[in-house]
Amino acid sequence: MRMKYVLSEVLVGLWRNVTMTIAMIITLGVSLTMLGASGLIYTKVADMKDLYFENIQVSIFLKTDISEEDRAALGSRLEADPLISQVTFVNKDEAFQRFQEMFRDSPDLLSAVKADQLPESYRLNLVDPEQYKSISEQYSSAAGVDQVVDQSQVLDKIFNLFTAGQNVALAAAIAMAVAALLLVANTIQVAAYSKRREVAVMKLVGASNWFIQAPFVLEAVVAGLIGSVLGLGALVALKKFLFDDALSALQGLFAPVSWSEVLLTFPVMAGVGGLISAVTAWVTLRFYLRV
Amino acid sequence: MIQLEQVTKTYPKASRPSLDNVSVSIDKGEFVFFIGPSGSGKSTIIKMLLHEVTPNKGRVVVNGKDVTSMRSWKRPHFRRSIGCVFQDFRLLPNRTAYENVAFALEVIGKTKAVARRVVPEVLELVGLGGKEHRYPHELSGGEQQRVAVARAFVNRPLILLADEPTGNLDPDTSIEIMRLLDRINRTGTTVVMVTHDSNIVNQMRRRVIEIESGRIVRDQARGVYG
Repeated sequence: MRMKYVLSEVLVGLWRNVTMTIAMIITLGVSLTMLGASGLIYTKVADMKDLYFENIQVSIFLKTDISEEDRAALGSRLEADPLISQVTFVNKDEAFQRFQEMFRDSPDLLSAVKADQLPESYRLNLVDPEQYKSISEQYSSAAGVDQVVDQSQVLDKIFNLFTAGQNVALAAAIAMAVAALLLVANTIQVAAYSKRREVAVMKLVGASNWFIQAPFVLEAVVAGLIGSVLGLGALVALKKFLFDDALSALQGLFAPVSWSEVLLTFPVMAGVGGLISAVTAWVTLRFYLRV
Repeated sequence: MIQLEQVTKTYPKASRPSLDNVSVSIDKGEFVFFIGPSGSGKSTIIKMLLHEVTPNKGRVVVNGKDVTSMRSWKRPHFRRSIGCVFQDFRLLPNRTAYENVAFALEVIGKTKAVARRVVPEVLELVGLGGKEHRYPHELSGGEQQRVAVARAFVNRPLILLADEPTGNLDPDTSIEIMRLLDRINRTGTTVVMVTHDSNIVNQMRRRVIEIESGRIVRDQARGVYG
């Protein structure tokens, strides 16, 4: 019977101030969506780093006037280097083919560049992609080397972009969370005020503190849980309509986001949403009811 | 049953103490009036017995429990052995007489079945048989106070505290409430009542403790208002 009493009080409480309840749930939902999104971006960036760094190449571009001996010497030096797992030589024709493929949509550029204008290069796969710096130091001053280019430099820029996106989502999540917490605190105050007579009687006749607090705290928890369901809905919609549809052209660029990963954010969002709401409600009650 | 030992209480920002070195001992089954002008410290005693305020100095013992050092989380359980009635009744306006009394039982964990057995009994005892399903606004002031007494007594407390229970009632109704409190006292319940009502004190001829400016100026076994 006491459980029934507490639960009916929760429903009455949520319904009593329904506009405020909706505002609370929406802010909680948006905040949790941002939190879930930033979590997903974080795991994706980690996945993509693994994926990309595995295939990363360092290119050593050669001067056009390099002599045969220098080129052969450099080639055998690279073959012998323990930091390098694989060496491929790209001559002018192959370079031109790659160039044509890469820029097949820009005929102006294609017609402006002749085959012998492109440099020859060695493409290196490193044992440890992080070792790029020492490769660069060793070989950039070798005879006939024009420049050493590391793809990871470019990738780092892309990843920085993702990390920035993740930080923006996280910052938005925190800002919305603050707004949500203030709303929870306010809702609980209003609820406590509208039930002040009951609370006074309960305190007077010796109802236990948890029994007095439980309906209020559960009210906040239920709002937090509904908010996390909203958050899950938003993430599902984001994956379906943004990621799978609108951005499907870029799919090769991103590591794919699976449904299970989206669903796995739900327990996290629900836990965070429920816990934070509960703690806020409880702290509010400590100040407001002094129980 | 109730001991105040050299109790002093000064509220923050107050220039003089509300209670100044007060010592009182009340036995089980007694009926005691605290009288005195407004601000003399009578209500502070009630609050102290309820563990709502704690003394700055001295010791308060209620039901053999030292209230002075009681932790606040023990307060709920402690209060279940004390009934309380106020001048303003403090009933829940959206609940009937029955529901008001049952509420007090249910929030301390009693089942609905217990309430169904006990509540009609106690409403009968306070003279509200047949009016169980009236709302407070459908009852007279005296009847509302009877509901409040029923609520305070339904748990069979050892002590009943009454803070000016007749303050809002006309003289005739006040006498009826006093008869009710007297009847409850005869079941062995200790009754402590704070009042301004000289009529009632003079009629009851019970122990009277008079307080002025936080000090006891009179403690008389079968006293009058004076």
